[in-house]
Amino acid sequence: MGDFDFQVIIESLPFLFDGLLISFQLTFLALIAGLAWGTILAVMRIWGPAPLRWFSAVYVNIFRSIPLILVIFWFYFLVPLLIGRPVGNFTSALIAFSLFEAAYYAEIMRAGLNSVSRGQVYAGLAIGLSPRQNLQYVILPQAFRNMIPVLLTQAIILFQDTSLVYVVALSDFMTSASVVAKVEGRLAEMYLFAALVYFVICFSGSLLVKHLQKKKVA
Amino acid sequence: MIKIDNIDKWYDDFHVLKGCSLEVERGEVIVICGPSGSGKSTLIKCVNALEPVDSGRIVVEETDVTARGTKLPLVRARIGMVFQHFELFPHKTVIENLMMGQIKVLKRSREAAREKAESLLKRVGLADQAQKYPSALSGGQQQRVAIARALAMDPIAMCFDEPTSALDPEMISEVLDVMVELAKEGMTMMVVTHEMGFARRVARRVVFMDQGEVKEIADTDTFFRNPETDRAKEFLSKILAH
Ligand SMILES: Nc1ncnc2c1ncn2[C@@H]1O[C@H](COP(=O)(O)OP(=O)(O)OP(=O)(O)O)[C@@H](O)[C@H]1O
Ligand SMILES: [Mg+2]
Repeated sequence: MGDFDFQVIIESLPFLFDGLLISFQLTFLALIAGLAWGTILAVMRIWGPAPLRWFSAVYVNIFRSIPLILVIFWFYFLVPLLIGRPVGNFTSALIAFSLFEAAYYAEIMRAGLNSVSRGQVYAGLAIGLSPRQNLQYVILPQAFRNMIPVLLTQAIILFQDTSLVYVVALSDFMTSASVVAKVEGRLAEMYLFAALVYFVICFSGSLLVKHLQKKKVA
Repeated sequence: MIKIDNIDKWYDDFHVLKGCSLEVERGEVIVICGPSGSGKSTLIKCVNALEPVDSGRIVVEETDVTARGTKLPLVRARIGMVFQHFELFPHKTVIENLMMGQIKVLKRSREAAREKAESLLKRVGLADQAQKYPSALSGGQQQRVAIARALAMDPIAMCFDEPTSALDPEMISEVLDVMVELAKEGMTMMVVTHEMGFARRVARRVVFMDQGEVKEIADTDTFFRNPETDRAKEFLSKILAH
């Protein structure tokens, strides 16, 4: 370790930072889209008519049974075929992540919706809310609130998983770090640094989760 | 004003309500009592169609609650409901609890809803708690907020399902006082309760339920002095023994 070269890290920081931004963007957008679609899937699963319930169950089980890396890879080829023009690797990766994460968020939100007591459902209906309003103003906010720690944990996993986009040559943080590592011939420095960055971000995230859980119990 | 006409209800293969009939007049306070599991909560939930019936009819002021095509949200908004466990919305402040239905269902403006909410909170003695979340209030305070939330919809009748049975003894009277006052103002009330003191003070009639049946409907005095059925006698001796 005598020739550990900090200089290469410092010099490549702007480049790495751009990569980190891509990772964050992908995480954030996939989180929003996946959560929205996942919530719809969960609602379909609990209250939908039989065909929608069935669709939701099959969807969730399929996406939870195939490796994410395959989904990313497939959508890279599939999306341009489906819409008839190239869309770029960020878009295809975002679609893949959103659809994939939705399967996990659907299960989380299903647990969240079931955690809202029957008494609350009655109370909302009793003041005259329609079933849809009751869902929107009474049930979903509570389901969401009960699940915030789990949703955050899933977001941390998602952030780590965005490193898989190297298969479609999207320059996220991980891909950028390995580019520098290879070009400069500084594998040890770059991969250690990358690990440190992921660790700091994810560990802060899980501290936040712990804090929120404690607050909930109190 | 509330006419329950021979209703039957099943939970799967469990016959929970068996041919129940009951009429409540405008301005009348009626107390429903009976042993645990006799179907009191179920009956009261059927009145505003929180639970559907399998046969029979319930009519609330000309509106057939049990008919297909009845706009249930509007019917429910006009019947106030108070639950054993308060069921305030935990993610909303006290005042927001009182405003939600007014805004979303009655389409009142925020200002009008707030004004109404404030005057009702004052009436139940909780004007200073408006900005708190329900979890910061005592059980008795929460139940008074729940009553105010129901009143905010300007109901034509109020249903109570054991409103004081989840409360510490020292908080029971603060809730009963609000209810007595409501009764004196002429509110039509159906009250499931074992507070026999309350029944004696304000109820004109008492309904005794057992095993899904309305076993007895009697004037309050008569019911306490001389219940008709043995089951009611037994029940009364048990709860009055406390
Ligand atoms: N959703 C439900 N599904 C199946 N059975 C139910 C349901 N709700 C109530 N029951 C059953 O119906 C019966 C009557 O219940 P209900 O809550 O109406 O009784 P109650 O008279 O209010 O009793 P308590 O004094 O304990 O509140 C009970 O045996 C109960 O187990
Ligand atoms: Mg009950």
